[in-house]
Formats: sequence, structure tokens, C-alpha cells
Amino acid sequence: MEAIVRLIAATAPVQTPDEIKAANAAIGAGFAYGLAAIGPGIGIGFVVGKAIEAMARQPEAAGMVRTTMFLGIAFTEALALIGFVVFILLGL
Amino acid sequence: MLGLKFPPINELIRWRDIFTNFNKVGVIAVAAALIGIAVFLIAGSRDPLKAPTGVRNLAETGVNFIENDIVMQTMGKDGLRWTPFLLSLFVFIYLCNLPGILPVLQMPATARMAIPLFLALFVWVIYNAVGIRHNGIKYFTLMVWPPGVPVAMRPLVGLIEFLSNIILRPFSLAVRLFANMLAGHMLLITFAFLTNALFFAETKQFALKPMSILPFFMLVFLTAFEVLVGFLQAYIFTILTAVFINAAQHPEH
Repeated sequence: MEAIVRLIAATAPVQTPDEIKAANAAIGAGFAYGLAAIGPGIGIGFVVGKAIEAMARQPEAAGMVRTTMFLGIAFTEALALIGFVVFILLGL
Repeated sequence: MLGLKFPPINELIRWRDIFTNFNKVGVIAVAAALIGIAVFLIAGSRDPLKAPTGVRNLAETGVNFIENDIVMQTMGKDGLRWTPFLLSLFVFIYLCNLPGILPVLQMPATARMAIPLFLALFVWVIYNAVGIRHNGIKYFTLMVWPPGVPVAMRPLVGLIEFLSNIILRPFSLAVRLFANMLAGHMLLITFAFLTNALFFAETKQFALKPMSILPFFMLVFLTAFEVLVGFLQAYIFTILTAVFINAAQHPEH
């Protein structure tokens, strides 16, 4: 992180303390959301994939599987959304 | 670059106050509550013996949806007495989400933390009260020490269960609704800004202006997507409420 900030600061024409702080915040916000999106992305993929597999194997249980799938998505998605909130708090 | 200046977040989610402390979000929330009440009052005053038409059709579809897709799936038959509460929760959240895509309003009331936070705390009070009413003071011991857990695991499981029940559930319930609606709102704003900036760009490159059709198509697509998200978030909030109430009633499961 430090290295990236120094690299950007070296290429940028002006670097007052406020600007360096803003650059840090912007980079931190980007990383916060990007990293927070990885895990839930994989997780939701697993949840939905397995749910479709279950529905294809047993179509009569589709209603129950769908409800449980939405529950699973909701729990998994919360982490990504907390990352999004951190992104807003840091970046804007 | 395009020289596109994105406005600060406070400009995007705040409007001029109509009265002191009463802005557009407040108007939307009050309107959502009143419209929900009016629809069900009108539907309730119709003759129940005749085939349902118009408003009553809509109301019956809503009740049917809550009963079959939410209550029966999560709480079973003895949860049917929770239908009125869950229905009002669902209708209120849905009507608060809907203005995010309605042309003049363009702001989901749930994209401000106040409404999701209040609803989540309300749900928190209700499911804890239900748990205490059903199990007495044993609710807390059952919550911290679920039966069937090995003794060695009890401190860890107890801590996790306690944190999850008391802090994480209302927090994630509120943040899920709030962040989803805010994210959707900001996506729409981003593409609207892009369209605007490209269309009114002061350049000699005339090819730029027709290109504004691309973010505009994305805007239309995302608006359609937000219709789905608004419904889905109301559904998820309601179904999680049902799950939490059921878990508080029968903590042994």
C-alpha cells in the first residue's frame, strides 16, 4: 500500500499533505470494496449453483430450495455490502 | 479524461427540507405508509363473497404471497398469525423502495440509514420479546448454550450465538437493506451523469454526442434491474424477520 501511494505521489505534480491523505483514502476505499467483493462473489456462486443443481435433481422441491437459496444469498451478500458501506465512508 | 465531476455523497441523497427536519425522504416514507393503509382499507371494505376485482385482487395477491412464500416456508402453520405483521412490513419496505425508480421522486426512502435501522431495531425488539414470552428466562440460556453442543465447544458457540443474536442480526438486517438500495441509487446516478456529460459535452468531436446512447441504454437496463432489487430486498427483509421470529420461538432447532 505504501509503495503504491509513493508511486502515485511521485507521478503527481503537487503533493500537499491533504492531497496525499485524499489519495490514501481513495486507494483504501478501492481496496476495501474490491477485496470485500471477492469472497461473497465466490460464495453466492456456490449457493446459487448448488441450488440450481438441487432444483434440477428434484423439481418438486424447487419452492423450498428457492426460499433457502434467497436466505443463503442474503447472509453471504451482507459481507460485500458492509464493504460497500466502508467504501462510501472512506471514499466520498 | 472526460472531466466528469461527480457530486459529493451528501448532494446525492439529500434534498431541501420542506419543513425543518422533514425532507423528501420523510414525505416518501409517510406516503408509503398511507398508501399501504389505504389500499388494504379499500380492499377490506369490498364484498368478500364476490369474485375479487381491482384493489382487492392486488391485496389478496399480497396476502397470498406472504402466506405461501414466506410464512409457510419458514414458520409453518402456527406462524400464520404473524401474517399481518409481515405483510405490513413487506408493503411498507416495498413502497419505500419503489420511489427509487419512479421518475419524479427518484429516491428510495430506504437509502437513508434511518428507516432500515428503525425497522431492524423494531424487528430485534419483537423477536427477543417473542423468545422471552415463549421460553421465559430460559430463552437466554438456550440462546447461549444450544442443547446438543459438546461441553468443550460451549464457550465458543455461546459467544458466537450471543453476538449473532444480539448484535449482528439487527446490524446486518439494517445494512443489507440500506446498502442495497444506496448502491442501486448510486449506479443509476452514475449512468445518468455519464449520459448527461456525454450529451452536453463541449467538444468538437461530434462522435461523442451519439455515444451518450450507450450509458442511456445501461441506465434503462439498470432501472429494470432496480425494480427486481426493490422487490427482492423487501422479500428478504420480511423472510429474515420470519426466520428470526421462528428461531426465537423454538431455539432448540
